[in-house]
Amino acid sequence: MADESLARPFYTVFVLAFVCSALVAGAAVGLRPLQEDNRDLDRKRHVLRAAGLYDAARPIGELFALVDTRLVDLASGEFVAEGTLSPDSYRQLEAARSDDGGRLLGADEDLARIRRLEKYSLVYLVKEGDRVGQYILPVRGKGLWSTMYAYVAIDGDLATIRGVSFYEHGETPGLGGEIVNPLWQKGWQGKKVYDQAGAVGLSFAKGKAAAEEPAKSFQIDGLSGATITTKGVESLMEFWFGEHGFKPFFARRRAEGHQGAAPPTSAADGGPSHG
Amino acid sequence: MAESNLQLLTSSIFKRNPIALLVLGICSSLAVTGQMTTALVMSICVTLVTAFSSMTISLVRHHIPNSVRIGLQIIVAATLVIIVDQVLKAFYFGLSKQLSIYVGLIITNCILLGRAEGFAMSNPPLPSFIDGIANGLGYGFVLMSVAFVRELLGSGTLFGVVILPLTTDGGWYPRNGMLVLPVCAFFLIALIIWILRTFDPSQQEKE
Repeated sequence: MADESLARPFYTVFVLAFVCSALVAGAAVGLRPLQEDNRDLDRKRHVLRAAGLYDAARPIGELFALVDTRLVDLASGEFVAEGTLSPDSYRQLEAARSDDGGRLLGADEDLARIRRLEKYSLVYLVKEGDRVGQYILPVRGKGLWSTMYAYVAIDGDLATIRGVSFYEHGETPGLGGEIVNPLWQKGWQGKKVYDQAGAVGLSFAKGKAAAEEPAKSFQIDGLSGATITTKGVESLMEFWFGEHGFKPFFARRRAEGHQGAAPPTSAADGGPSHG
Repeated sequence: MAESNLQLLTSSIFKRNPIALLVLGICSSLAVTGQMTTALVMSICVTLVTAFSSMTISLVRHHIPNSVRIGLQIIVAATLVIIVDQVLKAFYFGLSKQLSIYVGLIITNCILLGRAEGFAMSNPPLPSFIDGIANGLGYGFVLMSVAFVRELLGSGTLFGVVILPLTTDGGWYPRNGMLVLPVCAFFLIALIIWILRTFDPSQQEKE
């Protein structure tokens, strides 16, 4: 055993802590670029999956060339002017947490139970010809245990769901965790978000979705054994497609007269559209 | 107590398995045994971390003052765990997304501290390293056995490959919902302990 003088423990602890912190700092700093690339690729992969464009055999960078990333002011529904904020470096969740990038939601507004809402949201536009074929929107909301994160792809008609991809959650594996099941996600395709009155009409059945119109267009299978998770998914859709979410953006797109037309792209925005 | 390195390696898998005999590391074996892939990665991580932390502690054991030894052991373990976590995030992103919380929890894995305190503090670096590997393997053995049953009967798959097509996906096998939940690992671990102690009565506790 080591010498037990009074200074000895302090000295040993100091040396060991110093060596260890150097190792940890080295690993964290040295590996950060790789980790950020991974996160970025993962995000892009899920955007593509929601849009139904993902192909494991082709590099994500190449597929993502079809996608135009923009920022939208959630309150006004307008695109954020080019040059003020760069979509590439915008960190949406950090913005929501910051004082000037987000705001606290009132209890009556906070359907998705996310507490804070960001001022600007990323949206991903997929051009088909010279119109926007799909809008892919990031959404999130609380399930049973965790906040669930997803991308929802909406058709250029601003009403029909083209696909969904949940990419992060902490729900019970096998029950609520089935939100990542591709078969279940397939059931979202072609469903209508808004009813006749313009409110969010989408709902989740207990068990199988209705097979007959008109309910069929608005109903998605519930997840058996995961009532609270399903309820959470329903609420998050209601929130993000409602007044505080993307509804003003959709209204603005419609008011601009050209439902599916591509927004004007500036040179800073990545060049010509792909068709 | 002088054992050869080979004996050290094998005895920790069956004769004094850290989970079955010492009943250490139970919390993580409940959490990560839903799928074989996560169980495998967790076993590898724990094996590596235990081996290297035991070796490091054994290397500096003559310089560790008795009064602060537990703290120092934890610092060494925590450092290694953070490095493993960072490496996973950089090279195996998909896995790290599933495992990140649990990898962090390796720090509090009792096996780690148990081996550091019980073996590495009083043995040279090489045997300590082997002891760490062996305990990791013993832990991995139990983890993989539990995960095998849970994934096969709970989700109908092994390593994510469909073996029993589930009724929810249009197959014939109605899943066992209980096996999906972490609690059922308790029953399975108890069964393993029972089997081990039946074949090797020396492991049974005295009345």
